[in-house]
Amino acid sequence: MKTVITSSGENNLAQFDKRFGRAAWFCVFDEETKQTIFIKNKNINSSNGAGTMAAEQIVSMNVQKVISGDFGPKAKDLLDKFNVQMVIIQDNDITVQGIIEKLTK
Amino acid sequence: MSRPKTLRKVVAPPNFKGYKPYGTHTGTKDSVELLYEEYEAIKLADYDLMNHLEASKLMGISRPTFARIYETARRKIAKAFVEAIEIKTVYGDALLDKHWYVCDDCQTRFTIPKTIEEHQCPMCKSEQIELLNT
Repeated sequence: MKTVITSSGENNLAQFDKRFGRAAWFCVFDEETKQTIFIKNKNINSSNGAGTMAAEQIVSMNVQKVISGDFGPKAKDLLDKFNVQMVIIQDNDITVQGIIEKLTK
Repeated sequence: MSRPKTLRKVVAPPNFKGYKPYGTHTGTKDSVELLYEEYEAIKLADYDLMNHLEASKLMGISRPTFARIYETARRKIAKAFVEAIEIKTVYGDALLDKHWYVCDDCQTRFTIPKTIEEHQCPMCKSEQIELLNT
């Protein structure tokens, strides 16, 4: 099962990004192989539709779970339609590594 | 293989996990499982006093299907009453309109898509989760 975590940087020690559509990077974590791949968010500077495009990108990667700080209404509808689990965490000071540790515990 | 069931729309899930009889001597051994859509059918027809056609439109199913769900719901409740057994509410083929959950242990909020069967927190695996109706 693959999980996407929104991240502010390109490595595991980077801060978790609370934004979804405009997160700097998407960290794709594979629960079977325990490997992470970082994908740059191309829509970070787009004036509108960033959430929708991010959701489309995530659906096309065949991910089952997305962890972020909040989701916009359009992204919510889209992720819902494709049965992607949305997880909202309010913790500001957690790193991507910290989230992965919680997930695999 | 039978035709897959149309998802029944449920506005709000029941505010309880079940009902238990009290004052019985035998103790409860058996239970009936009341599905969310059956609870919703009883609520729409007997609490909100809608007719079956209106109620079926609200749940996104045909009137005969609504009548069938309503019938099974009533029979299950009658069985629980007469045999003095517990009623448990279980998920069924429902599609919840509002389906955000919150974990009581770590305050994580999350959705549970219909492809996931277990009802637990995705972060801390706690089963102490509650439905948010916001």
